Amino acid sequence: MAEAPRKLAWRIGEVVETSPDTPRTKSLFLDVPGWAGHRAGQHVDVRLTAEDGYQAQRSYSLASAPEDGRVELLVERLEDGEVSPYLTDELRAGDGLELRGPIGGWFAWETREGGPLLLVAGGSGIAPLMAMIRHRQAAGNGTPTRLLFSSRSYEEIIFRQELERLASGDETLQIIHTLTRSRPEGWTGYDRRIDEEMLDEVAFPPGEGPLAFVCGPTPLVETVATALVGLGHQPTRVKTERFGPTGG
Amino acid sequence: MDEQRLDGNAAAGVLAEIFTFEITTARAACARCGAAGEVGAQMAYVTEIGTVVRCAACDNALIRVVRQDDGPGRYWLDLKGVEYLQLQQRF
Amino acid sequence: MGRGFISRGFRGRRRRAEGDDRVPPGQYLVDGFPVLSAGPTPHTPLAEWTFVIEGEIDEPRTWSWEEFRALPSEEFTRDIHCVTKWSKLGTTWEGVSLDLLLEGVDTAAEYVVAFSDGGYTTNLPLEEATGGKAWIAHTYEGEPLSPEHGGPARLLIPHLYLWKSAKWVRGLRLANQDEPGFWESLGYHNHGDPWREQRYWGD
Repeated sequence: MAEAPRKLAWRIGEVVETSPDTPRTKSLFLDVPGWAGHRAGQHVDVRLTAEDGYQAQRSYSLASAPEDGRVELLVERLEDGEVSPYLTDELRAGDGLELRGPIGGWFAWETREGGPLLLVAGGSGIAPLMAMIRHRQAAGNGTPTRLLFSSRSYEEIIFRQELERLASGDETLQIIHTLTRSRPEGWTGYDRRIDEEMLDEVAFPPGEGPLAFVCGPTPLVETVATALVGLGHQPTRVKTERFGPTGG
Repeated sequence: MDEQRLDGNAAAGVLAEIFTFEITTARAACARCGAAGEVGAQMAYVTEIGTVVRCAACDNALIRVVRQDDGPGRYWLDLKGVEYLQLQQRF
Repeated sequence: MGRGFISRGFRGRRRRAEGDDRVPPGQYLVDGFPVLSAGPTPHTPLAEWTFVIEGEIDEPRTWSWEEFRALPSEEFTRDIHCVTKWSKLGTTWEGVSLDLLLEGVDTAAEYVVAFSDGGYTTNLPLEEATGGKAWIAHTYEGEPLSPEHGGPARLLIPHLYLWKSAKWVRGLRLANQDEPGFWESLGYHNHGDPWREQRYWGD
């Protein structure tokens, strides 16, 4: 018997806390009345309305695990953005934020889907993949997981400390960073944009049938997806989330 | 590199205004080339003028949606590009 | 309809319409030039690019890119208005007038359908496309028209909403009957006059 259909409605979430992470990013923690839970990887649409009725809408991935009580959105402040500067500069605890979701069940992962799990992120593309990593952690799941994370610099690695902590206590979770613009002294890790050679070294072999989720700016996503298929991964097991011109 | 070209998943929001079932995981067959795959795996062009989901194999317009917000509001939905949609009852 | 939720302190990027006479009802001004697409950006090599006028015409006309660029161009400045409510005033273009391309064409056709790479179409009465009202534009603000804005050439009909200014245009088909195009067949107004706010069917 089919489940009763649900009409997706706009809800007002209450900003409980805002927390800066890197110089350009901030996490927003929201209490959303009527929130029915989500699957790691899904996103919400956020809508801002001005006094005169003008509206702007953007999509943001849910960075929180389904097991978390609060909804967490990761916002990267785009210099000439219309929505992100409001979310990072103006929005504060106690404010309302209109959103609807969760949406986009295609780009989602639950522990019961297994793995191995290959996660590839560029900058704020880490958000939906962080939800997957946190979900995996909350569920006590040991699916072999590798995150290849491209950031501009060490200071700009989003969720760096939490990722370090999660990986240090869990040998089934490996995190490989690449820093594309500047490196700290003594850096021995990757120092260039993700390419096929790097993926060949980092990714699980295609024969292990990994599930891959790639998220970030469109050029990175397309390079990675093309490379993974070129290395022999099944196209249906490579899921992509391009951010497009308005970020993610 | 085409910045306007997004994954089908990006159309989830506007499609969720019309379909009450999860559509990004619905399987769609292209009426033009026959390729079948999840809607989320197709390409999407999502802007204020309208949303167009295109076949990842041949760029045929599978689903088109226009939404009018003024007044009582209307939607226009074109599914001619889709041979069929296969939907999951339960997950 | 009651007012919904208002986001405290949000103003948005758009500017108030300055002066009544140049900004159609319901529009606001933007600084940038938004890109809205319904499909992939084509990249037809110029060596393969042609522009045709066909349909209700004795002999179809075709121009290669060299032939098209050899035609006299006009530089013109116009205000443009998108149905999604943004307007840009004083945009400068360079292009070939449709009057020139249709010069000497003997046709009983009352309508024209513009078609583009990728399958996009838009329709209008032939008299809306003539009399100095329409161009095939190849230059924007002194630079070759970029692919994201419809380059190498787009139709430009500034007196109608911008969806009628088909990006990546490849030709015009002269027709005896009106044929609603890509957006006109899916809710957008068949005519599209910004001054009468003809955005959707029935407006």
